Formats: sequence, C-alpha cells, structure tokens
Amino acid sequence: MNRGLVIEFHLDPRTGVAPYLQLVQQVRQALLLGLLSEGDQLPTVKQVVTKIAINPNTVLKAYRDLEREGLVAPKPGVGTFVTKTLGQASLVEHEPLRRELAAWLGRARAAGLTEPGIEAMFQSTLRESGEEEK
Amino acid sequence: MTALLEAHALGMRYGRRRALTDCTLNIPPGHVVGLVGPNGAGKSTLLKLASGFLSPTSGTISVLGNTPGSGTGQLARVGFLAQDAPVYPSLSIADHLRLGARLNPRWDQGFAERRIAQLQLDPTQKAGKLSGGQRAQLALTVAAGKRPEVLLLDEPVASLDPLARRGFLNHLMESVVEDGTSVVLSSHLISDLERVCDYLIVLVSSRVRLAGEVDEITATHHRMVCTRRDPGALPAGLEVVSATHTDRQSTFVVRSDAPLPAGDWAAERLSMEDLVLTYMEAADSAAAEPATSATSTGSAAGAGSTEGAEVAR
Repeated sequence: MNRGLVIEFHLDPRTGVAPYLQLVQQVRQALLLGLLSEGDQLPTVKQVVTKIAINPNTVLKAYRDLEREGLVAPKPGVGTFVTKTLGQASLVEHEPLRRELAAWLGRARAAGLTEPGIEAMFQSTLRESGEEEK
Repeated sequence: MTALLEAHALGMRYGRRRALTDCTLNIPPGHVVGLVGPNGAGKSTLLKLASGFLSPTSGTISVLGNTPGSGTGQLARVGFLAQDAPVYPSLSIADHLRLGARLNPRWDQGFAERRIAQLQLDPTQKAGKLSGGQRAQLALTVAAGKRPEVLLLDEPVASLDPLARRGFLNHLMESVVEDGTSVVLSSHLISDLERVCDYLIVLVSSRVRLAGEVDEITATHHRMVCTRRDPGALPAGLEVVSATHTDRQSTFVVRSDAPLPAGDWAAERLSMEDLVLTYMEAADSAAAEPATSATSTGSAAGAGSTEGAEVAR
C-alpha cells in the first residue's frame, strides 16, 4: 500500500509543536538523513491526510513553507518535488557557525549561566528573532 | 464568498433554560471547524440549529447563505450526523444505502459502495450487528454519500476506540480533500481537533468564548510568567484572558494581536489544549464569582458574566 511513497509522516500531539511545523521538520530531517533527494516526490496532500488524519490545509502550509525555503517546488497537477539535497555537506558548510555557537556557549558558562538558563535564553531569542522576521 | 455559517445574536431557550445566548459567528467557507466545550455548553444545540432540526428563539443563523432547513435544496447541501451515530438496527448496510439514494437528490451510490468495500463491510449485514466504529463509519458514509457541501457532526468519535477514531477521521479528511466539503465537528478530544481542524469555537455556559482560525488563535495567545503583579501593570494592548498568582509569581494568559513586547517576563505559546482549558476555566470562574471576574478575567471572557452565572446555577 505504501509502495511508491518515499517518506511517511507522523504527528506527535504532546510536543506542543504546531502540526505543520512537525511536517516541515520531518521533511528537513529526511533531507539531512539522505532519505530524500533532488527529484523525489513528496506524498500528495490526499495521501498524507488519509494516512494520518490531518487537516489538508496543514499539509499545504507545510509544503508552502518548504517551498519558501527553496527545498521543494510544486509541479501543478502532479505534486510537490524535492529541488535540493541537504546532505552532510550542508553541516560542513555551516561549521564556522557551529564553532561560533560553541564559543558563545563557553562564554555563557563562564558568565555563570547554567544549561537550563542557556536554553531559556536561546529559545526566547530564537522566538523573538523569528517574530521580527515576520 | 458566502459564509459557511453566519449567526447574529443567536439564542435558544428550552423553557427557562438558555441553551445558547447571544451567539455571533462568521465562519468563512472551506474550513474544518472544531466545536469544543463542557457538556451542556450548547454544542449540540448549535449544530441542530445549523442543520435546521431546531429553530432559534432569538437572533438569526444562516448556513451557506440560507436559513437552515428551508426547502429541499438547502437540506441536500447540509449533512448532519447526530450524537452516537444513529442507524436503523434492523436494516442492512445495503438498505441504508438504498434509503440514502431514495431520500437524497445528489446521492452518489458509487462513492457509498466504494467506501463500504474499503471498510471491508458486508453489505448484507444488519446495522444492529455492527461494532461502534463500524456503525459510525456507516453513518458517515450515508451522510457523505449525499454529497453535502457541509457536514455537521455531533461528537462523532466519542464512543470509538483509538483505532476506529483514526479510521473515521481519515475518511472524513478524505472527503474534505476530494470534494472540498466543509465540516463542523464537536468533540472533547482536543488532540483530535488539533489534527483536523483549522478553525476553533469554544462554547461555555451557552456562550461563545473564543472563535477564530487556529493559526491566528495560537499566534496571538501567550503565557507570561513574571514576578507578582497586577494585570494593570502589564503593557497596554494586552487582553488578559486569565491570571493566577502565588505569593511571588503571576501567570497570565494574554491575547495580543501585535508581537509581545520584550520585558521582565518569560513568554511562551500555549498548546491548543491549554488554550481551550484556559478559556473554559476563565468562563467557569467568571460564572462562579461574578464579583471578582472583573479583575481576574479579561473583557472577552468576562463579558456577560452575570448571565453566565445565571445559567450555571
């Protein structure tokens, strides 16, 4: 029944993460893991909603988000296709960013922040910068 | 575009009891609407008013632009599934489909037969011998087989086990995708509503406490935790939905259309479940203690608290 489908979605209601974001994250993760690569077709909206009982607009919203990120593109009447491969290469590309973060974490600890404190600061700053972008 | 459901100052009384009070709604078409609230809040009444089973005692309601139950054309456009998925126990599944075909001008026999086959049900079986999940699926098949533009479902999954519930919702969402059917469904299972709904209505003690698109609702509500203070000390423009205090700490749930300003508080988004519970509790405490409602709840939940109290007693 699942032949021809490249990936399958799931939803965890307990995470508190919006359902559309969970789908976005699962596609991104599949790209990072190499489960999806350029040219693959994502499940159609109908396939997703009949599989995991989810609002079709949620799936459309997730796919639009991925499209905005340049990861997928819709082919009208056919479906949504992966346009970019996110392999290990992308993590390597961002190594300088990772090193900056590690250095920042060192400074935060030196300033007396504990892990929960660091997490709280990171989460709230992430949210604020996300809201500013909108 | 014509609204899926429009209500203006809609009210319903059964004798002296108010089942629905001053209900004003304007739901755009193409939505899957979740209707949530405690037992006796007025959910079934609203669905019966929308299907034309009941006529309001005050105010107006229209579904897809017309008065509910006004003529066969309107009846064909609206499907209604009453609580506990009623079927005729002594009639077979095939009989139910035949009944559907005779009674509904837009009946789609091919769809109904496909659905029954998909469910692996024997058409000759009597409906009384079906399990709860199968009965609900048969009732949904008949309701969807008439090809309505909107399906009104009163707690359709309440009595189903988790697997049957998922199966039911899968089929419901399939109808939404394939035919663009709009849906209004009541349920106590917020995790289900969170999956399938993109519009939410919270009803408590006969009044609408919250109504809107899920995305907008979750984006505009925040939980703020800070040192103890009065709601009045919060920045202007925040509508306080609920406030609780300890000796040192205050926790507010606020609604703000603009992004929350930065300040000496921790802020986070609420899950749909927490949000719904907050509105239910706020309405509840407003009803129980009308004297303190002005300070502990904001204008949305606090409005009309005296009448809420009347109903609660």
